Amino acid sequence: MRQKDTQFERIAYPVGFGLLVLVLWEIGVHLFNVSPALLPAPSAIGAAIASSAAILWGDWVQTVLKGALNGIWMGSLAGIALALVVDRFVFLKRGLMPVANFFAALPIVGLAPIMVMWFGFDWHSKAAVVAIMVFFPMLVNTLAGLSAADTMQRDLMRTYAAGHVATLMKLRIPAALPFVFTGLKISTTLALIGAIVAEYFGSPIRGMGFRITTEMGRLATDMVWAEIFISALTGTALYGLVALIEKRVTFWHPSHRG
Amino acid sequence: MKKPVIDVSGVDLTFPTNDGAVQALKNVDLQINKGDFVSFIGPSGCGKTTLLRCIAGLETPTDGQLTVNGLTPTEARKARSYGYVFQAAGLYPWRTIGGNVKLPLEIMRFSKEEQAKRVRKVLELVDLEGFEKKYPWQLSGGMQQRASIARALAFDADILLMDEPFGALDEIVRDHLNEQVLKLWARTEKTIAFVTHSIPEAVYLSTKIVVMSPRPGRITDIIESPLPKERPLEIRDSPEFIEIAHRVRDGLRAGHEG
Ligand SMILES: Nc1ncnc2c1ncn2[C@@H]1O[C@H](COP(=O)(O)OP(=O)(O)OP(=O)(O)O)[C@@H](O)[C@H]1O
Ligand SMILES: [Mg+2]
Repeated sequence: MRQKDTQFERIAYPVGFGLLVLVLWEIGVHLFNVSPALLPAPSAIGAAIASSAAILWGDWVQTVLKGALNGIWMGSLAGIALALVVDRFVFLKRGLMPVANFFAALPIVGLAPIMVMWFGFDWHSKAAVVAIMVFFPMLVNTLAGLSAADTMQRDLMRTYAAGHVATLMKLRIPAALPFVFTGLKISTTLALIGAIVAEYFGSPIRGMGFRITTEMGRLATDMVWAEIFISALTGTALYGLVALIEKRVTFWHPSHRG
Repeated sequence: MKKPVIDVSGVDLTFPTNDGAVQALKNVDLQINKGDFVSFIGPSGCGKTTLLRCIAGLETPTDGQLTVNGLTPTEARKARSYGYVFQAAGLYPWRTIGGNVKLPLEIMRFSKEEQAKRVRKVLELVDLEGFEKKYPWQLSGGMQQRASIARALAFDADILLMDEPFGALDEIVRDHLNEQVLKLWARTEKTIAFVTHSIPEAVYLSTKIVVMSPRPGRITDIIESPLPKERPLEIRDSPEFIEIAHRVRDGLRAGHEG
């Protein structure tokens, strides 16, 4: 009989597998004498992280805390707010949604140079790019969520003569939450991409994207990989955090019931 | 003569569908007096749910007159005149059983103490004391259905509309709930409209049995029950009971052939 994985196994398998990859990578680099400029060994990346911790920390604060997180909350709030408005007025749904879908299909990182021109070199322009990137998935997912409550649940509210606001608060918003969290999980991934790539188009002399371009120019690939490693770690942590909150908040959803 | 609580005269309802119009109700006449227990019985698709929804103001007849307490159904709905029990329990999964029962009370702005008092009272009425803090998915189907009845009772409307509330339950649980509904009806003198597929259930519960037949949905017979208000389960073996059951069956059969 197949038993459910214990907590230990759930953590041990991926960690063990990850370590295996690192070991093979290390051996491979030494065995085939790969040039550090092409692919540094994990040990070299680790050394870079240890020796440049202060720089990496400054970059992380600039890109993640200032750029990405500010963009996420601004874009998410705006997306959710517009979804509530669009949902209230049918003509907006008809008129605005095709336009929104068109914008959602644009490669929004392409807007980064324009945002730099509008909002300057510092984190504000990065947050703007992230906010726009996050905005559309939040809008679309929240709107889908707001129509998730089924007919019977709505009819029930009608038998109580519940108004629009009461129906929203007691039924449609709770029913929409699983969709909102889907939007948020997409957003965390997009936000990091947006915040890093936007720095390629101009930034003060710190930030993960800035570091990646300048260190690449000096062929200091260990620092480039260090930044990539940290951004991957950050992305995973952010996603995990959202997933954790989701599990707490939408504990009632069939996919979370324990 | 006193005025009926629910007065239906000459009601037609036609649903426009993709492959032509469906006449769900044709020329329905029915008076329900205060304190009546009326059952609707008939084959699937004969318009039982539709008629109940018309009375509830959730569906609008295409023709005819329908008043509830002298008001239009929509006005009566806005005045919170009835509790509606849907064909499925339809509890909100993010609320506990207590929270679900409290939902109409919150919307109708009962005070906190009053809410707590009423939740306790109606949960006791349906034998669910002690389950207040459980979530719907942690309960059996029959318990969920009882919770949904408690929810409809919580705000103490004079009229109770129930659409096959026990359709999915086994015989024993059903007997038990039937007894409880009768007790509740005797105690509260509510006016109850009750949809069922079961002849014994209809005869056991009702003061008036409405037999319907499909295509187009119409009333073929209205049987006033001579059974006393006090009804132990054993009454179902009495000659009077069997005679009424026969008449209902004949009515159903005639509707089937006609
Ligand atoms: N919203 C709707 N749109 C179109 N047709 C409908 C709609 N609701 C009901 N009908 C049709 O009206 C007829 C009566 O349906 P209704 O649900 O009232 O039947 P019922 O007696 O409750 O059946 P059951 O015992 O299966 O619940 C059916 O033919 C059904 O297809
Ligand atoms: Mg029905």
